[in-house]
Amino acid sequence: MTLPADLETRIRHLVAHEGGPRAAMLETLRSVQAAEGWVSDERLAQVAAVLGVTPAELDGVASFYSLIFRRPVGRTVILLCDGASCGLNGADAIRDAIRDRLGIGYGQTTPDGRFTLINSACVGGCDRAPAAVVGPDRTLVGPLTPALLEELIGGAP
Amino acid sequence: MTTDLPLTGRARPDRVPHSLPEWRALGGYQAVERALALTPLQVLDTVDAAALNGRGGAGFPAARKWRFMPAAADAVSPGPNYLIVNGDEMEPGAFKDRFLLEALPHQLIEGTIIAGFATHATEAIVLIRDDYRAAIAGLTRAIAEAEAAGLLGDNILNTGYSLHIRVHPSAGRYIVGEETALIAALEGGRAMPRKRPPFPAQSGLWGRPTTVNNVETISHVPHILAHGAQWFRALSRTEEGGTKLYGLSGRVNRPGLIEAPMGTTARELIDRAGGVSGNGRLLCFQPGGGATGFLGPEALDVPMDFGHVAKAGSMLGTGTLIVLDETACPVEVTARHMAYYARESCGWCVPCREGLPWAARILHALEEGTARREDLQALHDIAREASPRGRSFCDLMGGAMGPLASLLSRFGDLVDDHLHGGCPRRRAP
Ligand SMILES: Cc1cc2nc3c(=O)[nH]c(=O)nc-3n(C[C@H](O)[C@H](O)[C@H](O)COP(=O)(O)O)c2cc1C
Ligand code: SF4
Repeated sequence: MTLPADLETRIRHLVAHEGGPRAAMLETLRSVQAAEGWVSDERLAQVAAVLGVTPAELDGVASFYSLIFRRPVGRTVILLCDGASCGLNGADAIRDAIRDRLGIGYGQTTPDGRFTLINSACVGGCDRAPAAVVGPDRTLVGPLTPALLEELIGGAP
Repeated sequence: MTTDLPLTGRARPDRVPHSLPEWRALGGYQAVERALALTPLQVLDTVDAAALNGRGGAGFPAARKWRFMPAAADAVSPGPNYLIVNGDEMEPGAFKDRFLLEALPHQLIEGTIIAGFATHATEAIVLIRDDYRAAIAGLTRAIAEAEAAGLLGDNILNTGYSLHIRVHPSAGRYIVGEETALIAALEGGRAMPRKRPPFPAQSGLWGRPTTVNNVETISHVPHILAHGAQWFRALSRTEEGGTKLYGLSGRVNRPGLIEAPMGTTARELIDRAGGVSGNGRLLCFQPGGGATGFLGPEALDVPMDFGHVAKAGSMLGTGTLIVLDETACPVEVTARHMAYYARESCGWCVPCREGLPWAARILHALEEGTARREDLQALHDIAREASPRGRSFCDLMGGAMGPLASLLSRFGDLVDDHLHGGCPRRRAP
């Protein structure tokens, strides 16, 4: 797939406003992901060419950050906290409940493309442990219970 | 205004931020007016006299850091000075800056203007972790409101001082919170920490003089200007000025944030959080997030400020306590922390890149009951070799050693017990 014209325009804008092509690398990746949900190899090579950097250099940036996805993710990404405070309040049971209910573990996506589960400590919701941030708006949910989980899964696109 | 809770007293319980008119009706932006009528040096001296220590983890005096910033006339070459407000907040156990960002964006803007004025900044950037979407949206809106009202941007309140603030979402990595890595992230590349010296005040973002301060640090600043340095010091129970936004999580009955005088004891904080949950008896606590060493019940009456907690053998860090009751396992907690720090290491230094995953594997094996005595020896070796400052390029590795070293010194017998079939607290009684 060729690079959409609006994305190319956006990248050129970033290069002009962020202080050059290297400075625009991270924002370029974010723009691709905002448009397409993740950053494919093909897109990476295309936008690297627009920036005038090598795909390897751009991938060096992409792979550095946890929230730049280099694999396709589900429509709803669940960032489940596996940190200490959530762990002390039953985070593992929630992880297991997700495995039982959706058949996915950390780093996996359901075959129907609805959900991706990612472990993420800490989500800054320790007062609502066990907590997760969910969906495109990164909504903080917690304390998670099996019932709340069921509600979340039912309500997701 | 609730003057004993200057930082959070005006916040709404549902965290919905104030509109500009609402904020002004609560006295908002008076501190900015007052500050901009002074000279930058007078502002700096006021904050100095207030004894405001940085709330990002290390407790470095804010004014002392600001003094390193050259005025435009003193700079070696013309160009901007930057103020960066650090809202990355990815320390395990920390959730305080989220609240200040979400509920009180105008307070942060006020603090940013005043700190910017004192540091001769022409541009300010607030870096916020991407998960804090409500904070990003709310602060962006508040900035636009303030600009439209002439409180921010060019020629603020007709004083001749200009400051532009922009919000920058992080792409997600714990190391982005380290100030030199943060600067690298803002420059668009991999967030690798940089060598100091030169310190950011000499050569920071794009090689320009830069100050990095935590969200809470900056949020305290307007109140110092509004009420004076002596008032701010009097809020505290110790030599370190102000209130502190503490947090409690883990095994407490009512986890949450508590603004209290700097130097409040863990005993009082835990009481106010409804006491210890689980079996109700305190085993230990981490005073300020994952990277701070465990303290036991003997430390319950230590005033929780940077100096006293350090003397007690740990660190105040972010001031967000992680509480463990007697049925919780500190090996498991340390294993979780270590897995996180190992994952988040930027990979530059060998001891950090290799040592942390090694420690994480051993801790996991201890939990599972597959560790051998040699592994335990290796764990001690890692803690001994990696704990001293200066063995790594940045403080991530040293921080990760906080819980590990204190686990080994404080809970040696319990760790040993794990050699015989895994976590005794998980084994059937
Ligand atoms: C690995 C690592 C992560 C850090 N993360 C944060 C952070 O999320 N927020 C923060 O304010 N400081 C963080 N710091 C501390 C910053 O480097 C810096 O000291 C701080 O932002 C200065 O602000 P202050 O002087 O107001 O405390 C981190 C430090 C390290 C070593
Ligand atoms: S201590 Fe760890 S995180 Fe810090 S620079 Fe070295 S490898 Fe990177």
